[in-house]
Amino acid sequence: MTALYLTLLIPLAATLCFAVIGHWKQAGTLNLLVCLATFGTSLQCAVEVFNHGALLSPGKLFYVDAFNVYLLLLNAFVGLTTAVFSRSYMAHEVEIGRVDDARMRLYHSMYQGFLLTMLVALTTNNLGLLWVAIEGATLATVLLVSLYRTPESIEAGWKYFILCGVGIAQALFGTVLIYFAAERVLPGTDDALLWSVLKQHAGELEPTVLTLAFVFLLVGYGTKIGLVPLHNWLPDAHSEGPTPMSAILSGLLLNIALYAVVRYKMLIEPALGNHLPGYLMMGFGMLSFTVASILLHRQKDVKRMFSYSSIEHMGLMTFAFGIGGPLATFGALLHMIVHSLTKSAIFVTVGHAAHVAGTQSIDKIRGLIRTQPAIGWSLLFGTIAIAGFPPFGVFTSEFLLFTATMKSWPWLVFPLLFGLGVAFAGLFRHLQPMVFGEPPAGQLPVKANMLPVLLHLLLVLLLGIAIPDVLSRWLDQATIMVVGKGLL
Amino acid sequence: MALTQLSLAEQLVLTLAALILFTSFLLLAQNRIVSLIHTFAWQGVLLFVTTCLMAANSGRHHLFISAGLTLALKVFFIPWQLRRLVIKLDIRRDVEVVGGPSLVMIAGGVLVLFSYYVVLPIRELSFLASRNTIAISLAVILIGMLMIITRRKAVAQVIGFMSLENGLFFAAVVATYGMPMVVELGIAFDVLVAAILFGIFFFQLRSGIGSLDVDHLNRLHEVDR
Repeated sequence: MTALYLTLLIPLAATLCFAVIGHWKQAGTLNLLVCLATFGTSLQCAVEVFNHGALLSPGKLFYVDAFNVYLLLLNAFVGLTTAVFSRSYMAHEVEIGRVDDARMRLYHSMYQGFLLTMLVALTTNNLGLLWVAIEGATLATVLLVSLYRTPESIEAGWKYFILCGVGIAQALFGTVLIYFAAERVLPGTDDALLWSVLKQHAGELEPTVLTLAFVFLLVGYGTKIGLVPLHNWLPDAHSEGPTPMSAILSGLLLNIALYAVVRYKMLIEPALGNHLPGYLMMGFGMLSFTVASILLHRQKDVKRMFSYSSIEHMGLMTFAFGIGGPLATFGALLHMIVHSLTKSAIFVTVGHAAHVAGTQSIDKIRGLIRTQPAIGWSLLFGTIAIAGFPPFGVFTSEFLLFTATMKSWPWLVFPLLFGLGVAFAGLFRHLQPMVFGEPPAGQLPVKANMLPVLLHLLLVLLLGIAIPDVLSRWLDQATIMVVGKGLL
Repeated sequence: MALTQLSLAEQLVLTLAALILFTSFLLLAQNRIVSLIHTFAWQGVLLFVTTCLMAANSGRHHLFISAGLTLALKVFFIPWQLRRLVIKLDIRRDVEVVGGPSLVMIAGGVLVLFSYYVVLPIRELSFLASRNTIAISLAVILIGMLMIITRRKAVAQVIGFMSLENGLFFAAVVATYGMPMVVELGIAFDVLVAAILFGIFFFQLRSGIGSLDVDHLNRLHEVDR
């Protein structure tokens, strides 16, 4: 339990500290150390859950089980490796004068604030607090999106703020409806929004209210997942903010929003006795997957291109959770891990590539492999991994998803295969010249720390070749939690 | 059921719900910025009165705290801050032409009907005539969204957003006697931070694109042109 509290308190303290000292020359290193400490405590927390089962804090405010603890660990890990990258990246941004002291304070403080809100969202037992934390994540990042104060970044920030704010308000209405339904079963207590309590009484809740609530919750949190047609903020926010931000937005925030939807599905679907939430998720998931893979082709900004790829993968995961069943759920849980590892590695690489070329425009990034082989190869392998090639982990999880689809909805395999093919073509069409083209005269290598990328890609490779026994048992436990039946 | 058969408190809550819906329509049609802010503050007052009434009537005294939060945030802080920013940015006299005002009002009416249609299947009613109140809070939320869609000025969009939040608050108060305290506080904190951030954004918009007109935000496209 102490480990869990520390996991939340460390980023909280750091958020406050960095508001004062975030502009120090060593703040980047300090940020890294803080993330390391958070990672350590969340690892401790994960071990506790693994050995002793789910933890419920004394005040019932926090609840950690197999499903959220692995995301907790993933969050802390990606936060840590991105902090490694952020240290050198932001130092470079300060050097070229794109950000000043005040903005560095804001940046470091909000980096930790963002991690804090996501950790709270993951570990809280209170569905209302879940909403507060996810809204908090928007508020923490919105000023970071407009950190550079260019007209484009301000536009992106405003869109992000309004769209996500309005979207997430729908989720609050859904939460109110859930509470309304729960109040009738458990009158006069403050426990009626607690996940652990609601789960026990799920069968008694009024189905019509739950159906209505799920629609609002899916639209609300779906905006944050980036589901089409509510995705407009996502490419803008990813492309205009500082790159470390893109890495954690894409790798973590989208996962958390999906986590929230899946939690509600776990609660609502058994209570309804029909598969409506699943169908809704499948529909939105498939739509996002297809539309994003087509839109990938017509992007000019490299970060925008990869953010469409994020929408595509989130769509695929939403679709898989919608199918339900142990195989699809196991695949989707695995896909959450491999996608966020690969995508954050890609964003880190793209950040370095943009420093090499001095621009994010796909047309102007050329010949990375000759100017700086480490970046060129990383981008190539990262893209191969995200496109779903064996032997990387994305292949494994997509293969599981396809098998599950084949079993329950055979004809849906065709649009899935089509979407993957289109996305593959889109990615490689743009990647080819960026990596192999003729470098413009005078393009020089930059100082880059490729350790995070290497670590992520190796992990993804490992997951593709052989999933460690510990992890597969763990994911199986989570699958049992989500659908009631394990795979192994 | 006839209105007169309900208890006095229920009748009052229904009247207040109707008034809140009415202020939503006022917001939708109002094109002067300062009047818009004042109307928003009045909506906050109505929300405050509703919350107090519910607190007194149900004996759940934690609702008084959330009533206090509503009073502080929605009636005083946010309107005061918006007014101060409007004066500082010198857009006090701006008049926004709402495109097709009658069409917008009809759309608002359609949204109210739609909200009633959506909540109709909810069978069970609680102490209050909650089908009415839930429908009205949903309508306030949807009208807030409509306002964000139809307005071109950033300030008006923010007011639409905040009035949408009012709808949520109203739903929480009348349908469930407010959320648990910790959630209530969290939401109030988020609203406060959002209000401050909106203020920061006004200045960024002014210095970045030279205007608070969101029509000027047209640099980023879904696909390249």
